[in-house]
Amino acid sequence: MSRAKERRISIPSDTAEGAVVQEEIISALEENGFSDRDVFGARLALEEAIVNAIKHGNGLDPDKQVHIHWKVDESQMRVEVTDEGPGFQVEDVPDPTDDENLERPCGRGIMLMKAFMTKVEYSPSGNSVVLEKVRSEVAAQ
Amino acid sequence: MSTGPRRLDIEEVGDITIAKFVDKKILDETNIQIIGNQLFGLVDEDGRKKIVLDFSSVEYLSSAALGKLIQMDKKVKAAKGKLKLCAIRPEILEVFQITRLDKMFDIRPSQDSALESF
Repeated sequence: MSRAKERRISIPSDTAEGAVVQEEIISALEENGFSDRDVFGARLALEEAIVNAIKHGNGLDPDKQVHIHWKVDESQMRVEVTDEGPGFQVEDVPDPTDDENLERPCGRGIMLMKAFMTKVEYSPSGNSVVLEKVRSEVAAQ
Repeated sequence: MSTGPRRLDIEEVGDITIAKFVDKKILDETNIQIIGNQLFGLVDEDGRKKIVLDFSSVEYLSSAALGKLIQMDKKVKAAKGKLKLCAIRPEILEVFQITRLDKMFDIRPSQDSALESF
């Protein structure tokens, strides 16, 4: 049985608030029968997207908010995370797997999102990202 | 120095220090900061040179946690010590593989094999 859910929420630039939204989305994925692996990847990608918006987008500014619009049904998850920062161009982020960057402690979040999501798309203004994950086939019970 | 609640279980086996993560999720920034301080303290304050990080409890970790591990690896190498990672579950190992960090860290399947590798 499908338990489609959709919600729009704005949170302050506080990672604890971000974690609450993350848990709501994770619960919706579990209710809709997403596999453990899908849930694992979604949790990682959501963490990276929301923390990026709070830290790098809004610069932890308490006067700025992060806007999250999420929708989960039995076939897919779609989450749009928008911050109130100046935006960035994803092509400008150095590839963390290049040898010269391998020891740098930053820059792996976007790569992990892309690895675990079906689609990751930044808006032209660079302050909004859409994460999409199509539910993996689950073996018949 | 210990900032915040202990996030690592420490065990000594001969001259090797085993640090086992207590948390299932190493995601939250504050938590990662505390874990980082406790890890760095093993080298900077206690002067330990042979360190095994046991991930058997860890179910999730973020890129910020990976950053901290990279800093730890550099610190141990600078002190002419050795850092081994072990007991990493397959999903987390995939995170290391995607980011190519499996090439940078010495990763062993179990605590025993990590201990034997020094």
